[in-house]
This record gives sequence, structure tokens and C-alpha cells, in this order.
Amino acid sequence: MTDIARLHRELIARVLGGGGTALPETRRAAFDGAGLNEPLRSLVDKVALHADQVTDDDIVAVQAAGLSEDQVFEVAVCAAIGQADREYKNALAALATATGETGATK
Amino acid sequence: MRLQILDRGHPLRTKALFAVIRVVSRQPVVDAVKLAFYRPDFYGAGDLTHEAMRGPSDWSIGDREMMAAVVSQANDSPFCVAAHSATSTLWFRDAAKVTAALADLDTAPIGEPLRATLRMLAKLTSEHTVGADDMRAVLAAGATASQIKDALAVALAFGITARLANAFDFDVASPAAMAAGAQHLLRRGYR
Repeated sequence: MTDIARLHRELIARVLGGGGTALPETRRAAFDGAGLNEPLRSLVDKVALHADQVTDDDIVAVQAAGLSEDQVFEVAVCAAIGQADREYKNALAALATATGETGATK
Repeated sequence: MRLQILDRGHPLRTKALFAVIRVVSRQPVVDAVKLAFYRPDFYGAGDLTHEAMRGPSDWSIGDREMMAAVVSQANDSPFCVAAHSATSTLWFRDAAKVTAALADLDTAPIGEPLRATLRMLAKLTSEHTVGADDMRAVLAAGATASQIKDALAVALAFGITARLANAFDFDVASPAAMAAGAQHLLRRGYR
């Protein structure tokens, strides 16, 4: 799976790069899970940590705050990728410690 | 599906493809496909998922589909659990094995390296973190470091997909639709 690192990097670059309709700083904050105000903060926190608890009202609230459906889509995608990325890197680091490797990303 | 754009916002070319899928499979287009085909230039995680699930690995395709199901279960994503249980079951031709793995990892009839790996993936997903001791346990059970990295790639792909399935409220399709999807995933993969 030598392509995983490249594909992972390219995915993050796409969602945080120039192709979005939400502001780049909003997408970055959603990816990082930090620096957002309500109601976006609640939606992003739920997508990252309890996505099964996202409700229709969470979506309605961010749309009422001015986000289009495409922007909601992008924010949710960034939140999901950001949390999965943190977990992936945490686990690779744990593996590197266990095996005595350093910089164990592929 | 919570966002109308994911249901009906695709370009005409994609809508035509969906019509073909409906005719050929005799099943509705499942929500995961609608997401995969929505603005692939922005999200487009198919290549990453395909590499994790179908790229070279010492794990079988059935093992990796079982990992996807376990990660999805730890994410409380009914759609993804159903989809990847069906695909793993079709690969192994053994529904009881997959059902047992999802019900109780300690007693499921699977090998020790896979059991320990699934346990670690479930912990990573539900607690959002693992430590070196968790990895030592997987290594001690016989999984190689390379296998663990491959399993983490599965967790990466399905940590994204399962969250989005829940955030966008994917409908859990009928067993027949999931079975048709499983056949497609084994024939063609995720791209």
C-alpha cells in the first residue's frame, strides 16, 4: 500500500485547497476541530466524535447561519477527514514506538 | 439523505449513470454511491479507499472488509456495517464468521492476528486513540508491522466514510440492494 500516504496527502490537499465554496479558514477549522463558533462548532464536533448524533436540526442551524448545502457538505467532509487523520497519525506513532521505528508514516 | 444536493445535485451525466445502475442492478442507487459521485474533484476518496481495501496486502480482501465492518460498528454507522458485513460475508462465503466477529471478538472463529488487529481498530475508533501497548499486543498476536499499517489504512478510509454516512444520514438499503452492492465491490472495488 505504498500509495496510501500519497493518496491521503492528496485528499487533504483537495478539501483544504482552492476547490471549495466554504471559506478556506472555515474548512481548515473544521478539519482541525478547533476555532469555530456556534452553530458550526456543534456540527463539527459531532461529525468528528459522535457522527451518529448529528440531527436534522444541526444541519438546519448551520444553514440558518448562512451556509449553503455545498458549504455544509464541505465542512462535514473536512471534519470527518480531520478526525480520521488525527486517529491515523496517533496510531502510526504508537506503532512506531512499539517497534522502535521513527517516522513510521508510509 | 440529509442534503438534497447529495440526492439530486449530480450533473446529468451522473444521473444517467445512476439510471443505468438502477436498470442493471434492479436496485436503487445506494447513498454511498451518491456521495462518491458528488463533486469527486473535491471529496473523491475512492482511490484512497480502493488502495486500502484492494491494494497489495498480506490481509485478504475478506479480512479488510471485516475490518471496515468493525470500524463502522465502532462508529455506530448502520449503513457501513451492513455494506461491509455483506461484502466480507460474500468473500468468505461464511455469514456466521462475520456475524460472530461483530458480536464478540473474543470468541469469533478468526485467527489471532486478525482478532488482535480488529480489537485495536475498535479501540482506536471508539476511544480515538491507542498507545504503544495496544500495538505491542497486536504484534505479540502475530500481526506484522506492515499488516498493522495496512489495517490502519482501512481504519483511515472508513473513519471518514462511516462518519459521513452518519452525518448525512444514509438510508440503510434493503438486504438485496446491499448484496448487489457487495457483488459490485468484490468485482470492481471502490473506484
